[in-house]
Amino acid sequence: MFCEKAIELIRELQRMSDGQLPAFNEDGLRQVLQEMEALYEQNQSDVNEAKSEGRAELIPSIKLRHCCLLRNQRCVTAYLYDRLLRIRALRWEYGSVLPPNIRFHMCAEELQWFGQYKKSLASFMRSLGGEEGLDITQDMKPPKSLYIEVRCLKDHGEFEIDDGTVILLKKNSQHFLPRWKCEQLIRQGVLEHVVS
Amino acid sequence: MEENFLSLDDILLSHERLPIRTEITFPRLGFLEKSSDTQDIAEGTKMELPLWLSKALYERKRRVLSVELPKVYREGWRTVFNADPNVVDLHKMGPYYYSLGSQMLHFDSPENPDIAQTLLQTFIGRFRRTMDSSQNAYNEDTSALVERLDCLEKGLFRSGQSGLNGFQSWEKGQATQLTASSLVLNYRKRKITDIQS
Repeated sequence: MFCEKAIELIRELQRMSDGQLPAFNEDGLRQVLQEMEALYEQNQSDVNEAKSEGRAELIPSIKLRHCCLLRNQRCVTAYLYDRLLRIRALRWEYGSVLPPNIRFHMCAEELQWFGQYKKSLASFMRSLGGEEGLDITQDMKPPKSLYIEVRCLKDHGEFEIDDGTVILLKKNSQHFLPRWKCEQLIRQGVLEHVVS
Repeated sequence: MEENFLSLDDILLSHERLPIRTEITFPRLGFLEKSSDTQDIAEGTKMELPLWLSKALYERKRRVLSVELPKVYREGWRTVFNADPNVVDLHKMGPYYYSLGSQMLHFDSPENPDIAQTLLQTFIGRFRRTMDSSQNAYNEDTSALVERLDCLEKGLFRSGQSGLNGFQSWEKGQATQLTASSLVLNYRKRKITDIQS
C-alpha cells in the first residue's frame, strides 16, 4: 500500500510524546518525496492516455493515486509542523543556546527557523516595558523573593553576578543568589532550587 | 466530525484498515491487492484499505466502494457495550474506539444512528470511573487503571492527573519552587539507562 513510509515518520514523532526532538529523518523524507514523484508521473501519463484515447475507466485509479499524493503531503506537513512546535518549546524550556546534542537532531532549515524565532521573540521582548524591555521567559512561576538558595548539581565554572563578584559553581556547593540570574541555570539542570 | 489535518493522533487513527468491497474496477493497481496476481483490481474485490483512502474514495451518489463495519461497531459488540460499558477493554478493541467510530459514520451505513448512540452511551458510562480514578490516584502506579482505556479516555486521565498533581504541589508550597525543564530531566534519565545497559 502507498504512504507506508510517511506514516512511519508520524509514528516516530508519536513515540516521543513528551516533547523530545528525535533526529531529523532526512532519509525517510526523501523516500516519501520519491514515492510522490512516482505517483505523480504515473498519473500524468494515465491522464494523457485517458484524454487522448478517451479511456475514462482509468479515472478511478488516477483518483486513488491522487488521494495517496494528498495523504503523503498531509503526513509530511504534519511531521515538519510538529517538529517546529517542539523546537519552539525548546526556546522557552531551555533558553536561547541549545546544547549540541539537540542541535545535532535539527536540520539546517530548522536551525535557521530557530534563529529567526529567537530574534522575533527578542525584539518583541525589547518592545515591552518601556526602555529596557521585559524578559518574559523569566519568572515562569510566581516569585516569592528576590534572592534564592541554590545548590550546584554539576561543575559549571565561574559565574559573574551583577555587582561584579564572581562565584565558583562547584558540584554540591550552595549559594544565595539573585533569582533572575539563576532561573535559566535551574531550568537547564545545573542548579537546584533549595526550598527550606 | 472532521479530522484535524495536522494532528498526529488523527493521522494515525485514519491509518486503521477497514474491510471493503470495490464496486468498480481500478486498472493497473492490481499490485495493491496481495491475494491475486491480476494487473487490475476487479469490480467486486474484497480487500482491506486504510480509513483515509476509503474516506477519500467513497462517494455517496456513485458506487465506488462499500465499507464493512469493523466488528467492534457491529450489533453483536454494540449489545455488549450497551449492557455494561465498564467491562470492556477499549485499548484492545482498537485504541481509537471513539474517534474511529465517529469516522465510520462517514460511510452512510443504515446502522449509523445505533452506532452513534452506542458510542455516546459507552463514553457516558465509562467517564465517571475514569474521572474518579484520575482524581484519586496520587503518586502511585496507574498502569492498571489506564490499560483498558482508549486514547481519548487516556488523554482525559492525563489531564485529571496533571490537575491533581498541580494542586497537591501547590498545597505543599512547591508551586513556587523553580524546577529543571522536563526535557532536561528526561534526557538525564535516558542517559543513565544507556550507561546501565
